[in-house]
Amino acid sequence: MQRCFTPQGRSVRILFEDQPVEAQPGDSVAAALLCADVVWTRSTPVSGAHRAPFCMMGACFDCLVEIDGVPNRQACMVEVKEGMRVRRQQGDAFGELS
Amino acid sequence: MTLYDVAIVGAGPAGMAAAIEAAKVGLATTVLDEAAQPGGQIYRGIETACEARLAVLGKAYRDGATLVRAFRGSGVDYRPGTTVWHIEDADPGFVLYASTSGGSVALGARFLVVASGALERPTPMPGWTLPGVMTAGAIQILIKASGALPRDLVLVGSGPLLYLLGAQMVAAGRPPRALVTTVPPSRYLTAARYYTPLSRAAHAYLIKGIGLLSRLALARVPIHSNARGIRILGNDSVTGLRFFSGGRDREIDTNMVALHQGVVPNQQIGRLLRCDYLWHAGQHAFAPEVDRFGETSRVGVFIAGDGAGISGAVSAKLSGRLAAWRIAQHLGRTAPDPGPALAALRRDRAVRPLLETLYAPSPEVLDPSDETIVCRCEEVTAGAVRKTVHDGAVGPNQVKSFLRTGMGPCQGRMCGLAVSRIITVAAGGDPGEIGYFRIRPPLKPLSLNELAELELTDAVE
Ligand SMILES: Cc1cc2nc3c(=O)[nH]c(=O)nc-3n(C[C@H](O)[C@H](O)[C@H](O)COP(=O)(O)OP(=O)(O)OC[C@H]3O[C@@H](n4cnc5c(N)ncnc54)[C@H](O)[C@@H]3O)c2cc1C
Ligand code: FES
Repeated sequence: MQRCFTPQGRSVRILFEDQPVEAQPGDSVAAALLCADVVWTRSTPVSGAHRAPFCMMGACFDCLVEIDGVPNRQACMVEVKEGMRVRRQQGDAFGELS
Repeated sequence: MTLYDVAIVGAGPAGMAAAIEAAKVGLATTVLDEAAQPGGQIYRGIETACEARLAVLGKAYRDGATLVRAFRGSGVDYRPGTTVWHIEDADPGFVLYASTSGGSVALGARFLVVASGALERPTPMPGWTLPGVMTAGAIQILIKASGALPRDLVLVGSGPLLYLLGAQMVAAGRPPRALVTTVPPSRYLTAARYYTPLSRAAHAYLIKGIGLLSRLALARVPIHSNARGIRILGNDSVTGLRFFSGGRDREIDTNMVALHQGVVPNQQIGRLLRCDYLWHAGQHAFAPEVDRFGETSRVGVFIAGDGAGISGAVSAKLSGRLAAWRIAQHLGRTAPDPGPALAALRRDRAVRPLLETLYAPSPEVLDPSDETIVCRCEEVTAGAVRKTVHDGAVGPNQVKSFLRTGMGPCQGRMCGLAVSRIITVAAGGDPGEIGYFRIRPPLKPLSLNELAELELTDAVE
């Protein structure tokens, strides 16, 4: 995935698995990770298969990650913020949910 | 709790048009949308798009700026970044519960306009869960919101949006690696039957479609038509695509594939509200039963735009307006004569039977092979669903309780149509009678934090 227009505004830095990732303002976390060529962003609770963002519009939930310590966040629906810490969601984190 | 005359869910063309008209006749109006900016799917990111991005996305996209400006200027209570997760009956009207970045909100409304649009039709096929596989709409969202595009993307499927994406990629200087369509040539003949009664507006759609395909051909993008036996290859992520087309097996190496088989109404809110849904055979999808103004079987609940049946952005705007005017009437205000808008809606929809026939979903996607995963959350295959139905599960909700299909975080958005279809094929009859998963709140998983907070606000007010 590559940017095809000159970026507008100052870039935003987030951390993915402790590695710095440069994002553009207005990017969703999912878009920022895809642009950084991150291949997979979660593993499934059933078989441990790797998954990555699929629909980018909040429908499929394949983009679930941990953001600033909170699991089950939809990476495609959350905008990047300077210093945000993002981790892959490995397996089932749904214990935390209602 | 605040009580509005009308609460509109969705700030796409339907929701924005409804809001503008509701404000004009003086209704206290709020619009809730989970996206950070207005525009919906078609006009996503339009307020922040630079000139180069506007040029790539084309005229239909650029035209959305006028509507978004009018919406911003309408003075309605617009709440971006707000996800509606439950709606309950109240006296009067309804209470909506939504989560925002700051926590949860609850608000009241006498009338509802559900303008939550469409979802891309889930396209189960071998390998579709691999990283590197996305939907065509997802790629468009990457262009619109982040100005990003993959290299060597292979487009697979059918429908106007797939060709539009291809043409936009050509305009951006990143033509797709190949276009693999699932449209058999015989479809053109079948579809031609619907050609005669076309209006001028419908004619324009066709010219546009031909223009999109010729831009791909001019950019020398290889086009493989009538592809069958499509498999996405790879173990941990995509490495290629295999299919049969033009009389032989073919394989394309790639690490990015975009799938598309048209869009279907988003049913979550209408089903949650227990509105009646019917099977729309032409669209191979469920659509709510609505009158000319979009009012559903539930008094006070309107569904406008693609959520009421796929008709595209022009119809979405018209149906939004009509809903707002009808609500104004119910509340004793004077509203404009709906005649011209109703006539325009009929004209705009005239092309649908032709598009529905030409771009009907591919049989392989409607009836996926046994090994194919249909429920992405719980990794349940079509074969497992078939076996459960064979063993006696009678409806979607029984399949759900046996196999957990529809119980994962996506709550059936990805597998719902496939499960209803498999049961219908096994049992015979009409999918409308077989029905769909019972949709329960919350529409999206909530954190305990959000729930706790909501109780707190309620207690304070
Ligand atoms: C991914 C995708 C891309 C598309 N791109 C194009 C295109 O480029 N050109 C084109 O002609 N057509 C496109 N379409 C077709 C599109 O459906 C229509 O053209 C048009 O956008 C429909 O308008 P609408 O107002 O009915 O719904 P939409 O424009 O889909 O708007 C619905 C809105 O509701 C919001 N929403 C949904 N559920 C909730 C909830 N629970 N809480 C809060 N908000 C919610 C969404 O965030 C969205 O903004 C696309 C469809 C999809 C699914
Ligand atoms: S990518 Fe589908 S929900 Fe985020």
